[in-house]
Amino acid sequence: MLADFDAILLARIQFAFTVSFHFIFPAFSIGLASYLMVLEGLWLRTGRALYLDLFRYWIKIFAITFAMGVVSGIVMSYQFGTNWAVFSDRAGPVIGPLMAYEVLTAFFLEAGFLGVMLFGLKKVGRKLHFLATVMVALGTFVSAFWILSVNSWMQTPTGYELSASGQFLPGESWWAIVFNPSFPYRLVHTVIAAYLTTAFVVGAAGAWHLLRDRTNLHARKMFSMAMWMAAIVAPIQIVAGDLHGLNTLEHQPVKVMAMEGHYRSYPDGAPLYLFGIPNEAAQRLDHAVAIPKLSSLILKHDPDAPLAGLDTVPDDLQPPVNIVFWSFRIMVAMGMAMLAIGLWSLLARWRGRLYDWRTLHRAALLMGPSGFVAVLAGWITTEVGRQPWVIHGLLRTSDAASPLDAPAVAASLIAFVVVYFAVFGAGVWYILHLMHKPPQAGEPGVEASEPGPIRTAGITPGPAQASTAEPGQDWPEPPEAAPNGDPGK
Amino acid sequence: MIGAVDLTVVWAFIIAFAVFAYVVMDGFDLGIGILFPTFEPGPERDRAMNSIAPVWDGNETWLVLGGGGLLAAFPLAYAVILPATYPLIIAMLLGLVFRGVAFEFRWRDPRHRQFWDAAFTGGSLTAALAQGMTLGALLQGVAVENRAYAGSWFDWLTPYTLLTGLGTVAGYALLGATWLVWKLDGPEQAHARKLAKRAAWTTFVLMAGVSLYNVLLDPEYAARWLSAPAIYLLAPVPIVTGAIALALLHALAKGRDAAPFWLGVALFFMGMAGLGVTIWPYVVPTAITIWDAAAPERSQIFMLVGVALTLPLILAYTAWSYWVFRGKTGHDGYH
Repeated sequence: MLADFDAILLARIQFAFTVSFHFIFPAFSIGLASYLMVLEGLWLRTGRALYLDLFRYWIKIFAITFAMGVVSGIVMSYQFGTNWAVFSDRAGPVIGPLMAYEVLTAFFLEAGFLGVMLFGLKKVGRKLHFLATVMVALGTFVSAFWILSVNSWMQTPTGYELSASGQFLPGESWWAIVFNPSFPYRLVHTVIAAYLTTAFVVGAAGAWHLLRDRTNLHARKMFSMAMWMAAIVAPIQIVAGDLHGLNTLEHQPVKVMAMEGHYRSYPDGAPLYLFGIPNEAAQRLDHAVAIPKLSSLILKHDPDAPLAGLDTVPDDLQPPVNIVFWSFRIMVAMGMAMLAIGLWSLLARWRGRLYDWRTLHRAALLMGPSGFVAVLAGWITTEVGRQPWVIHGLLRTSDAASPLDAPAVAASLIAFVVVYFAVFGAGVWYILHLMHKPPQAGEPGVEASEPGPIRTAGITPGPAQASTAEPGQDWPEPPEAAPNGDPGK
Repeated sequence: MIGAVDLTVVWAFIIAFAVFAYVVMDGFDLGIGILFPTFEPGPERDRAMNSIAPVWDGNETWLVLGGGGLLAAFPLAYAVILPATYPLIIAMLLGLVFRGVAFEFRWRDPRHRQFWDAAFTGGSLTAALAQGMTLGALLQGVAVENRAYAGSWFDWLTPYTLLTGLGTVAGYALLGATWLVWKLDGPEQAHARKLAKRAAWTTFVLMAGVSLYNVLLDPEYAARWLSAPAIYLLAPVPIVTGAIALALLHALAKGRDAAPFWLGVALFFMGMAGLGVTIWPYVVPTAITIWDAAAPERSQIFMLVGVALTLPLILAYTAWSYWVFRGKTGHDGYH
């Protein structure tokens, strides 16, 4: 019995670890693919080399991020079977086809056009290259569509039938499975989160280079674009998150109780706890700081509306409240901080100080990782909040695992931890190293990635060259012919 | 619903196609990884790697289709095979992590390039060996009870699986070497041709060894191949395979560019066909047939629509991507 429990706990830790690590990369690459699409589109439309420079600056970072997303993603697609065989057998007929659609419509699209996007501009010309970039960006979105549909079905399962052997079978309509009740909300909330994550990374890189040289036109452009995203999208995200929360209240009220820290029921208006220490044993919130009736106002749009608490839920059907309570607060805090940066940037823009307000730049730099923190905290909230279920209300996590010996899972968990920290740690280091270099006119692309002996003679181009580029020609300048020693090779 | 066509059989062929596409396409990527240490650091290695840099990711995606497709079309098989070969699958996944990131990392960090080159080779070798051993573990049979794997976590490790693992490594090395014969020229091509010859002989020997072992392994396998009239109907399989092997050696000796690679692919196709004959109609020999494991018809139809709509497009843009990067890989490369 104890051995069984250990193997399951280890499998859960392994899944949480590998999925959290994996999620970091697509959270960034979904937004970054779209950003690259916008940059290339602007380059083609305006002909300004500045946009091409920024495109080539970020595509190097995209290439690393994407590779790490791919290799950590393949792990996920097999881990359902290796560690959660009962879940795979039971839910395979329903979720398997959705994941197959993800491969067919998204993974192949991304991978098929990635090579051209990274290496093919000179070979296929501007228009086909832009098409490749658009296809990669589209692929990242379609991928999010399907995998979030799967995840949402596990949260709010609909449209299924149960077979005699306990398998979940598709019902009459696949529509009811794909567009299950929480899916539209989760999709919008998660994709916007990916865009914000990217915006804050780009903003931090821009801020970093503005702090070092506020005349850097490339840094100005990326900072300005990122701050527009923050100002416009952060408020939208808060609204989307609120709607997602209301949807959760409707379909998974226990998760909301844990998020809110509502151990007891409130018949005439529930308070919003800003702080507190969940005490699972005593089933109460210690050291609580609350705003009366605000939770009812947010969740029911009525300050006196009654809200049920965890006292109405048997102990063995409660999620781990302390984790959910805190991860939710961390996510909300990040969202509010993002909104603050967005508003601050509007003020700075209005006062004409967007590029020389050093405190704003420092704050934006500090906020660089905020998207990742928010995305992971939100993910933990929704996944841990679903416990003890793997398919909400229908299949317990503890009944879904593979019949594996604990030592097998322990060994693989250790291997994942060691390899992921080493390999992805190195990858993140390379990304930071690339972001540390200032974006410049004649920025080398992904195909010229190292300071080889041939191009050490590169001369920093004058500002005049920064604005000249003709979209009429297939390629702004073949690297060999670049008059300024373009470090293309 | 779809008349006389058995969708389960259709799906078995789709999964087999995905596995074959993966084995051939990522096979030459992994093969290049396996042979990488025999290339001199510097331009030789750079060219070898650049010959696959634009396509490796698409090639690897077939593995996800194979795995994801198995989950979707034969969920019970997915739920039995992966726990049965747990350490192999984990090793393969970690190998692919090292292999995949090496494509980018070796260019980003010249000071540690040797390390990432070693990771490229180690990852490729591990993945290839694990894939071959997984195949062997499946062929030698796994214990199944109550819709679940019922063995222990080292059942897969036997001399037979070591043989299938090594055979796969050699076969991938053959694909990788012949790919390089096609994509390179000059001294690098000569080097690749020499490697291809060695890999070809090793592959032939191991392939024959695995085939003979199969017949000894299980009386049912033997009956399938050696009893009359099957032996007459199936005799062309080994004969054609032998002819392809001879043609491959001939093409290498004649200094042909593309032919050795395509003959290597044909060799793998014959291996796949032989495998099909051996295990049909099981998906987990000899415990679970494709019909035991099949997803319900609604799942099969829903996915079949997706495959019918997308697979032609996937093949088209994949072919386009290969076409864009056709010809000999330049010395300057994409990187």
